[in-house]
Amino acid sequence: MATVTLTVNGKSVTATVEPRTLLVQLLREQLALTGTHVGCDTSQCGACVVHVNGDSVKSCTMLAVQANGAQVTTIEGLATGDKLHPMQEAFRENHGLQCGFCTPGMVMSAVDFAKHHKSPTEQQIREWLEGNICRCTGYHNIVKAIKAGTEAMGRTA
Amino acid sequence: MSATGIGAPVRRKEDSRFLTGRGTYTDDINRPGQVHAFLLRSPHAHAELRRVDTTSAKAAPGVLAVFAGADMQVGGLPCGWLIHSKDGNPMAEPPHPVLAQGKVRHVGDPIAVVIAETRAQAKDAAELIVVDYQPLPAVVAGEDALKPGAPQLHEQAKGNLCYDWHLGDKQAVDAAFAKAAHVTRLDIVNNRLVANPMEPRAAIGEYDRASGEYTLYTTSQNPHVIRLLMGAFVLQLPEHKLRVVAPDVGGGFGSKIYHYAEEAIVTWAAPHVGRPIKWTAERGESFASDAQGRDHVTHAELALDKDGKFLALRVATIANLGAYLSTFSTAIPTYLYGTLLAGTYTTPAVYVEVKSAFTNTVPVDAYRGAGRPEACYVIERIVDTAARELKIDPAELRRRNFIPKDAYPYQTPVALTYDSGDYFTTLDMAMKAADYAGFAQRREAAAKRGKLRGIGIATYIEACGIAPSAVAGALGARAGLYETAELRVHPTGSVTVFTGTHSHGQGHETTFAQLVSDRLGLPLEMIDVVHGDTNKIPFGMGTYGSRSLPVGGSALVKAMDKVVNKGKKIAAHLLEAAEADIEFKDGKFSVAGTDRNVAFGQVAFAAYVPHNYPIEELEPGLDETAFYDPKNFTYPAGCHIAEIEIDRDTGDVAVVRFTAADDFGRIINPMIVEGQVHGGLAQGIGQALYENAVYSDDGQLVTGSFMDYCMPRADNLPSFDVATHATLCTHNPLGVKGCGEAGAIGAPAAIMNAVADALAPLGIGSLDMPATPERIWRAIAAKTMPQAA
Amino acid sequence: MYNFEYRQAQSVADAAKAVGADEEAKLLAGGMTLIPTLKQRLAKPSDLIDLGGIAELKGIKREGNAVVIGAMTRHVEVATSDVVKGAIPALSHLAEGIGDPQVRNRGTIGGSIANNDPAADYPAAVLGLNATVITNKRRIAADDFFKAMFETALAADEIVTAVSFPVPEKAGYAKFPNPASRYAVVGVLVARTGGAVRVAVTGAGPVVFRQKEMEAALGKSWSADAIAGVKQSAGGLNSDIHASAEYRAHLVTVMAKRAVAAAG
Repeated sequence: MATVTLTVNGKSVTATVEPRTLLVQLLREQLALTGTHVGCDTSQCGACVVHVNGDSVKSCTMLAVQANGAQVTTIEGLATGDKLHPMQEAFRENHGLQCGFCTPGMVMSAVDFAKHHKSPTEQQIREWLEGNICRCTGYHNIVKAIKAGTEAMGRTA
Repeated sequence: MSATGIGAPVRRKEDSRFLTGRGTYTDDINRPGQVHAFLLRSPHAHAELRRVDTTSAKAAPGVLAVFAGADMQVGGLPCGWLIHSKDGNPMAEPPHPVLAQGKVRHVGDPIAVVIAETRAQAKDAAELIVVDYQPLPAVVAGEDALKPGAPQLHEQAKGNLCYDWHLGDKQAVDAAFAKAAHVTRLDIVNNRLVANPMEPRAAIGEYDRASGEYTLYTTSQNPHVIRLLMGAFVLQLPEHKLRVVAPDVGGGFGSKIYHYAEEAIVTWAAPHVGRPIKWTAERGESFASDAQGRDHVTHAELALDKDGKFLALRVATIANLGAYLSTFSTAIPTYLYGTLLAGTYTTPAVYVEVKSAFTNTVPVDAYRGAGRPEACYVIERIVDTAARELKIDPAELRRRNFIPKDAYPYQTPVALTYDSGDYFTTLDMAMKAADYAGFAQRREAAAKRGKLRGIGIATYIEACGIAPSAVAGALGARAGLYETAELRVHPTGSVTVFTGTHSHGQGHETTFAQLVSDRLGLPLEMIDVVHGDTNKIPFGMGTYGSRSLPVGGSALVKAMDKVVNKGKKIAAHLLEAAEADIEFKDGKFSVAGTDRNVAFGQVAFAAYVPHNYPIEELEPGLDETAFYDPKNFTYPAGCHIAEIEIDRDTGDVAVVRFTAADDFGRIINPMIVEGQVHGGLAQGIGQALYENAVYSDDGQLVTGSFMDYCMPRADNLPSFDVATHATLCTHNPLGVKGCGEAGAIGAPAAIMNAVADALAPLGIGSLDMPATPERIWRAIAAKTMPQAA
Repeated sequence: MYNFEYRQAQSVADAAKAVGADEEAKLLAGGMTLIPTLKQRLAKPSDLIDLGGIAELKGIKREGNAVVIGAMTRHVEVATSDVVKGAIPALSHLAEGIGDPQVRNRGTIGGSIANNDPAADYPAAVLGLNATVITNKRRIAADDFFKAMFETALAADEIVTAVSFPVPEKAGYAKFPNPASRYAVVGVLVARTGGAVRVAVTGAGPVVFRQKEMEAALGKSWSADAIAGVKQSAGGLNSDIHASAEYRAHLVTVMAKRAVAAAG
């Protein structure tokens, strides 16, 4: 067993894990942060995307022990109280989600995208989403949402 | 139109929880004392099990129990639809054991379950189970399974044949072909698909010793159906001791309709280990155990007269059912396929024969559209082929054969009666939006860039909200097809709707609330919609076949009628007026022709605090339940137009434009409807260009992960241009038709017709789905550099 | 995943010692291939030695006429580095096309080339740009580094510390991705460095290889047309449900032409 200490959504946490524990397992099973999902076992679907030290990563493809000392943000850490993050609000306003399962990873990936793009094209958004699979929306409204969310983040930044 | 009523693009009530990570999917639930199950599955497609030794696994760290087939003597998984063959004999219905009994019949067939403190321990221990397999030859293709000498899967199914079914007037069809001016022939394959909702299946079984009650949390589209099938057929548990909860479910697309072995296993094992048991599929298990879709091989012939009028359609299909009968598998290639083969046309005679075969593959059942995409694909591909052969514009050929606008109700030669429709208008709308007229110029411009551009039309019809129960029963259905709604008005006037349908992405919590807001004049915050729990909802058949709004919404209308009628009686008493004079509008009961009224909330309060109440004539309370059994299917229809470009060098196809014009009857929430169309289109385009479940000859699923099964990504798809035109359903109170499957039905034919159009100048004929780069490159190479192919 | 022991190496020497002492131990770089492999239970290492904490393995710098990239430099850093973009834009373009954004945020160049997946992109860059692989023991020429599918010249206790890419006059990379996995079905990097032309092909065969006929043709005339007639033999190429050997052979020419066009 190993002990890890990390900051999750602004709070310091310490946990004891097997070395084989994935970051997503630590989040879901030990920290009860079940917003981060697991949709595949080959690192492709992106339902598990969280931010580690500010970068979007797949928490199913990172060991919990590798996150020792890291700053982790999950979907639960995005809103401020009851006020949705601009990207969350854009997904709601543009109907960028249906079943909601891919949504946390999709939103976390989108927030990372927005940090690197100020006025994105549809093509840039579609290419960025290579690592996020949605089976419900056909991506149409996700693309719209990310465009709107990115622009809104640019306004508030 | 009110801002929250019928027709308003209301933002979804459910989104706040999904967007903040507070959705509650089955795997998010952790019960006190919960332990974990892992299933050992067959690595062989076909083998005898000589010995299954669980001794070492039982002794492994953390293990509570290990059960193999011999330990779990329960009923088999039932099939919900009995089909009869041409000769009147019932279909072959071999047993479908929960855990393999002596033999495994597909890779992934469950052999044993390990239950341990942690999931990792269960998985570690499963490796210690010793299985002595005697591998047998396997067969994976439906046509091959029906050939003499093929490996036999079941004693009960001679020649691997489940049934040899037919529909239509063979003599009339033969006669029409005899006098046809032109006959178009086509051989096509409808490729096997994997539904792949993003949430893998999961189940938690729990047993309460004090009450003797079982609870199953499961990723299901229809918890009451699971309770019925598992309780009555598999585990023999009475319904009052069995609760099934389907909480937030992350997509289904058909694959979560069925009762699966894992549900029965965790429920059955819970009292044995005395702890709640959770099982969650890894994606690899989803590929090896979720029912798959489509898999038809079809020969079709279309007879036309000299003017291009369709005289008759003849279709012969072999459907692959996989290794066992899944819950509704037998109905898909028959009553949900053959009956749709008239399409949108006046074809006077249609005859279809379907042979369904058992193979050493994962069972096949309904996947978004279920039978109707297969029918649409046959019709729309052969119509396009005929247009090309006869040098008639494909839109014009369709127009010549559409059912006229004034012909409804229209009786088809394959049993259905269409109640309403207008295929001319949706075709015109789509052609205009797609700038069909300007295509020739776009093709020329593309050619200058070295690309082959093509345009393809598909007009489709589907039959949704399968019904009525009595007719379905006569055709072999083993369940009713009605729906239930309870409207519980609370004392201070807020409302909870309990629906027997289930939302797993469709947004029922919003759409159904809009129906209530529209009728009762309440703000959305006063209305909650509850689904997915057999202890809360009176009964229900769940969500599939675009039935939720036509059937479940209609039940809700009936329940609201009852509430309003009772409310009128209470209001009449409060207003000291005759009941016949009471009107209900905008949330108020008023005396006709006066300004005297009471608000809905006051009536509700009076019903629960009956101080001033007609207690002699009327029971207190305002809580009504309604069941609705539809009189007919609904018939959504429309037109899809695809425009594609092919990279000549690589064979890669890019979808550059996609237009849909759909008739879903009355629209409750246009935003949600558009979203449903988008999602369906992505799955339809996926089938045409990307997705394919490929088995090796020895029965291994080669495309067993997202590394090889190509899920459409954002950069594979364009933005879609979608619009609707409504002709109302004539037989349900809302005039609604359903919208969930349309995209997946029209898109494959539209895309493949566009591919055919792009390649026709090179003399290339029909290609099968998926139109992968290599498949197209080979077709091009064979024509342009024969030595290369 | 089977269980294992985990520890963070403090230095390259520390890591080399750990991995040299135990043949069941494995090095963990970005983990983008190793962790999925472990999840599938396809490997059972006794120990994982994490290189993530070793600062000396990170970073990109210009050294004379070469760009030197530390082994633990992530793909995203190569894709966005001004040094790389200025000197070898084809390399930043290649890095930008590896996996998806989340993979690029974790995956490393050292991990990629040490793994030597036949469908990975970086081997084409290393071979095509005639890079030198620098390890804790020696400098290995690209032509000597990639041995066979998932096999390199690295010894058991040898660790890639950096890759040194000579700055080419021209270079371009084009790939045809597997539609499902997005790995390269065929990826071709063409480069002219110090007057010498290299054409490196990944994805098509069991290991990255040089297409010498194309090199010769481009050496005479640097243009897409010059190689249009050069046919790659299908013999020995990979074949799967997404692309047969014949199709891959065809794509080698198509992608090589596009790479030349991209190189300008």
